[in-house]
Amino acid sequence: MLKIENLTMRFGGVVACNEFSAEIKKGQIVGLIGPNGAGKTTIFNVVTGVYKPTSGRILFSPEGKEEHQLTGLSPDRIAKAGVCRTFQNIRLFSELTVLENVFIGNHLRVKSDVFSAVLRLPHYVAEEKRLYEKSLYLLEKIGLQDNRNEKATSLPYGMQRRLEIARALATDPKLLLLDEPAAGMNPQETRELIEFIREIKEEFDLTVFLIEHHMDVIMEISEKIYVLDHGVLIAEGSPGEIQRNEKVVEAYLGVG
Amino acid sequence: MREKSKTQITLIILVLTVLGLFLANRYLDAYKVRIINLSGIYVTLGLSMNLINGMTGMFSLGHAGFMAIGAYTVGILTMPVSMKEMNFFMQPIVPFLANVEWGFLPALLAAGLMAALFGVLIGAPVLRLTDDYLAIATLGFAEIIRVLFTNTQSLTNGALGLKGIPNYTNTWWSWGVALVTVWFISFLMKGTYGKAFLAIREDEVAARAMGVSLFKHKVMSFAFGCFFAGVAGGLMAGLLGTIDPNMFRITLTFNILLIVVLGGLGKIGGTVIAAIIVTVGMEALRFLDEAMDLGFVQIKGIPGMRMVVFSIILIAAVIVREKGLLRRPKGSFTYVKN
Repeated sequence: MLKIENLTMRFGGVVACNEFSAEIKKGQIVGLIGPNGAGKTTIFNVVTGVYKPTSGRILFSPEGKEEHQLTGLSPDRIAKAGVCRTFQNIRLFSELTVLENVFIGNHLRVKSDVFSAVLRLPHYVAEEKRLYEKSLYLLEKIGLQDNRNEKATSLPYGMQRRLEIARALATDPKLLLLDEPAAGMNPQETRELIEFIREIKEEFDLTVFLIEHHMDVIMEISEKIYVLDHGVLIAEGSPGEIQRNEKVVEAYLGVG
Repeated sequence: MREKSKTQITLIILVLTVLGLFLANRYLDAYKVRIINLSGIYVTLGLSMNLINGMTGMFSLGHAGFMAIGAYTVGILTMPVSMKEMNFFMQPIVPFLANVEWGFLPALLAAGLMAALFGVLIGAPVLRLTDDYLAIATLGFAEIIRVLFTNTQSLTNGALGLKGIPNYTNTWWSWGVALVTVWFISFLMKGTYGKAFLAIREDEVAARAMGVSLFKHKVMSFAFGCFFAGVAGGLMAGLLGTIDPNMFRITLTFNILLIVVLGGLGKIGGTVIAAIIVTVGMEALRFLDEAMDLGFVQIKGIPGMRMVVFSIILIAAVIVREKGLLRRPKGSFTYVKN
């Protein structure tokens, strides 16, 4: 599904990510962990086109389509290709309603041009109706159908995170990148989130790549984990292998 | 239920507008009718600027330039051939425009398209800038247009301006265009394209990550805004009958900005009301320019006094109601599908 080859990202003299390689197979849930400042979000930003990598390639091969490069494409093109993300520091459209937030996620799949939208031609109206229903369905999925006309920022924190996921789902992604989805959640909410991620993965046939600091979440949900420290990959493997890896323990706890 | 009552309200407003215009044309004097015309034109201008600045969040100050393009397009295209000869006595008009004499509707459309074309040409490189940088670039563009029109003698008659443009603009034209603008922009904002504009205003990074192409949508919004600015400029030419480059100074843009701020960024209804209030207010406060006797103090007539008062009103309005005259009550105007 996604292949990252020798990715390097430099900001001036700072190497945020050095020769990072990873492979994510279709249907997997893959975790990316590391101490603060290890370069995890940088990797997400490069994959989604926010930054152009200094060197290296990112190859994306959705089902039934040929493998192609994502490197150098703009974020909106990458979203169209089927890679969508959430943000570590929530980035909802704050003045808009909950429903509008999800509805905007649909926009990239709209086929009608802007004039048929303004004239409300039948084929556009039909398309819009379908997308509204899809948005409402997604809201139901995250349990926000009754809050649909509230301002997005009026929601509690945990719900805002879920709304971000729903908005990303509206873009019909093949690969979903979640940047610390459980940040700031209590244990109860975290449990629900794990269930929720599993559920949407099955229903929407997703592949999930996630960054997380809650070790219990990452260990439970991931099939494979990459560990990053100071921009360098220090370990990869199954949750069990990672837990036993000395380098990982060192990176997190320091050398005694 | 809600959709239905909304349609009814729209219809009632429409009927009242038509009735009001009919009565106004019949019973009011030429001066008042002219103010009504100006109000209609400012509604169009305010909405077109609000689309760019308030709904898409691009801080553009180029409106006077796009109006100038529209006004000159209408002026040149509708002016009778004999009138053109009289106007262009310094240098004859360029041959391919010498013998054209269009009707008002095609000329207005041409004015809008011309402004939109320039909007796209200017927008493509400039809309990459953000906030104050964009404001300065568009401001510069408007000045370039004005200076250019002052110097293209054989195309625009330079500083002499155009005189004797047929007075096609009446209340039906000015308010007809205003209603079309209201309709266009509200339907645009109702659909997914409008929502994409709002997304760009709210958070560009998130909008891009959700697949909204910044370039495409910004240029689109800008071009629509410029189109209506051009049409409004054309109406202005048809109303005044005389135009010259100095009409389209930066102060004109600020008058429209005032309407947008008073009406509330991104608000359609508010902009319409603010446009009427500002246009009527500018005339109603004219007495401030004249000599006044307040009993204890005598004030000699100071031209421009009303602008001072108007600015103070604006400052007060922005402090008291920073989100515009009509603040949106919680969730009541949001679009609900059943």
